[in-house]
Amino acid sequence: MATVTLENLKKSFGKTEVIQGIDIDIADGEFVVIVGPSGCGKSTLLRMVAGLETATSGEVRIDGKRVNDVEPMDRDIAMVFQNYALYPHMSVFDNMAYGLKIQKVAKPEIAERVQTAAKLLQLEPYLQRKPRELSGGQRQRVAMGRAIVRKPAVFLFDEPLSNLDAKLRVQMRLEIKALQRELGVTSLYVTHDQVEAMTLADRMIVMNAGVADQIGAPLDVYADPATEFVAGFIGSPPTNFIDAALLDGERAGRIGIRPEHVRLAEQGRIEAVVVYAEALGAETLVHLRAGDGQQITVRQESGLAIPTEGQSCGLAWDSAQVMRFDEAGLRQR
Amino acid sequence: MEKRVTFKGRWLPLLLVLPQIAITAIFFFYPAGQAIWQSLFIPDPFGLSMRWVGLGNFEFLLSDPYYRASFVTTAVFSILVTLVSMGVALYLAVLADRLIKGSGTYRTLLIWPYAVAPAVAGVLWLFMFNTRVGVVTWYLGLLGYDWNHVLNEGEAMGLVVVASAWGRISYNFLFFLAGLQAIPKSVIEAAAIDGAHFWTRFRTIVFPLLSPTTFFLMVVNIIYAFFETFGVIHTITSGGPQQATTILVYKVYSDGFVGQDLGSSAAQSVILLLIVSVLTVVQFKYIERRVHY
Repeated sequence: MATVTLENLKKSFGKTEVIQGIDIDIADGEFVVIVGPSGCGKSTLLRMVAGLETATSGEVRIDGKRVNDVEPMDRDIAMVFQNYALYPHMSVFDNMAYGLKIQKVAKPEIAERVQTAAKLLQLEPYLQRKPRELSGGQRQRVAMGRAIVRKPAVFLFDEPLSNLDAKLRVQMRLEIKALQRELGVTSLYVTHDQVEAMTLADRMIVMNAGVADQIGAPLDVYADPATEFVAGFIGSPPTNFIDAALLDGERAGRIGIRPEHVRLAEQGRIEAVVVYAEALGAETLVHLRAGDGQQITVRQESGLAIPTEGQSCGLAWDSAQVMRFDEAGLRQR
Repeated sequence: MEKRVTFKGRWLPLLLVLPQIAITAIFFFYPAGQAIWQSLFIPDPFGLSMRWVGLGNFEFLLSDPYYRASFVTTAVFSILVTLVSMGVALYLAVLADRLIKGSGTYRTLLIWPYAVAPAVAGVLWLFMFNTRVGVVTWYLGLLGYDWNHVLNEGEAMGLVVVASAWGRISYNFLFFLAGLQAIPKSVIEAAAIDGAHFWTRFRTIVFPLLSPTTFFLMVVNIIYAFFETFGVIHTITSGGPQQATTILVYKVYSDGFVGQDLGSSAAQSVILLLIVSVLTVVQFKYIERRVHY
């Protein structure tokens, strides 16, 4: 069990600064998810914690000890890779036992630890199989098993679910969360999927172009985004943005309003034309286009009337729900 | 799901494979047939008459101590050439795989020797190790070592092995490098996190994953050492001293074209043909099973 601390951590490749200073204290047993679009530096950040990339400046501390110059194998971490990175020529058992064999753990203990992990992950019938004889979900479990048997201080996950199909992804997400709770191991998890981030995280780091735009509990981040980027990235369908100039008496910059906070009304603050409506059963998503071509989505309950395409509607919302952003994308309070 | 093109009728498909069949027939089946036929006769040196001897040529060969010695020479030679060329190539490929900057230049330089014809490579090495004017010989002399591959059998073998292996390293290097680069980087990283240092990773992960490449190269290199090293041996030692470097292929040449014993030469070709077929079958049947794909 361990804490992880990142202090003003930076990484440059040549002249490009991919990580521009990240600070966070991760508590023992906490599940922290790093979320952001492709190329925002989230994997690089994780790989720096793992020791697979060197930090350009700043510090990584695991359990209070500076590990910048410590080899990956001596950091007491385990990592689950996106493509699982199983050893293709070894059986499931050997895959999980590999790290323990290298540490020269006694054979009976290796067998016992692998058995325990296999039971936990329902892999017992497959221990003698090769990775190529397993399904995607099973391979994913083997990769988890390999991390678990070593009893590391920190788990690192690098988009572990993105190679699975949608249904399996939801199932494995729940399993990972349950497993992490049960084992109580400090975890860092990288994903580009904001739903995964919302459901798994105790706290999440929303990254945008090498900068942590916001760090906080998922619901806090959702309810109170710090930047325009966070407001747009977290939540599905995304937040609607309207140029403030379009609204009477508004200042410069843009305002953001979540789809569930917008209503169709006779007399609204702005007018928009219905482009199409998606009836999803429990709710309906109405997509509209405002006067200046701005796309706006309204999420309404299924009981309400669904407008026809091409119809002109007024859009209304409660002023308290409005988020204001300046030209730089920062939240104005 | 396999996509296959099927041709209707009988003549079009035949026509399409005809060039290949014609080439194989003219350049392989016909000469091979001739060799088998001639191995049953002893022709006179002028090629005017032939005397039927049945399996006499084979009986003579198999009881000939020089021919038997040539088998051992060939085995030693091919094993050494294969080991040296593959070992060095693997070492260089592992180094090149770790390079980040300048790997292109390094690779190009390493591939160059492949363009040198075996006979030219042989002459090159011969010049360097010439007993009177060779550069290496001279330096060895300064160190107090008297190099003379014309008289010393071990040195002669060493020299032809090195010269043959040298030209082959480039080829093996290319395949090993491609094989190394096909191993997913994350697998190596996973092993590193699991606590394996470089050498352990190489032994337990990299080398097993390279085994298809290694197996392929082994077959190709042994066949190369058997047949394509003629030029090197001919230019450097001409099979000597005392037949110490006369491999089977060289003996076919020296007995047939130098010794004018065409019947024996033909019989030797037939034996070589059998050896290669058996070798290939054995390799694919037994070694391939232990290869991890």
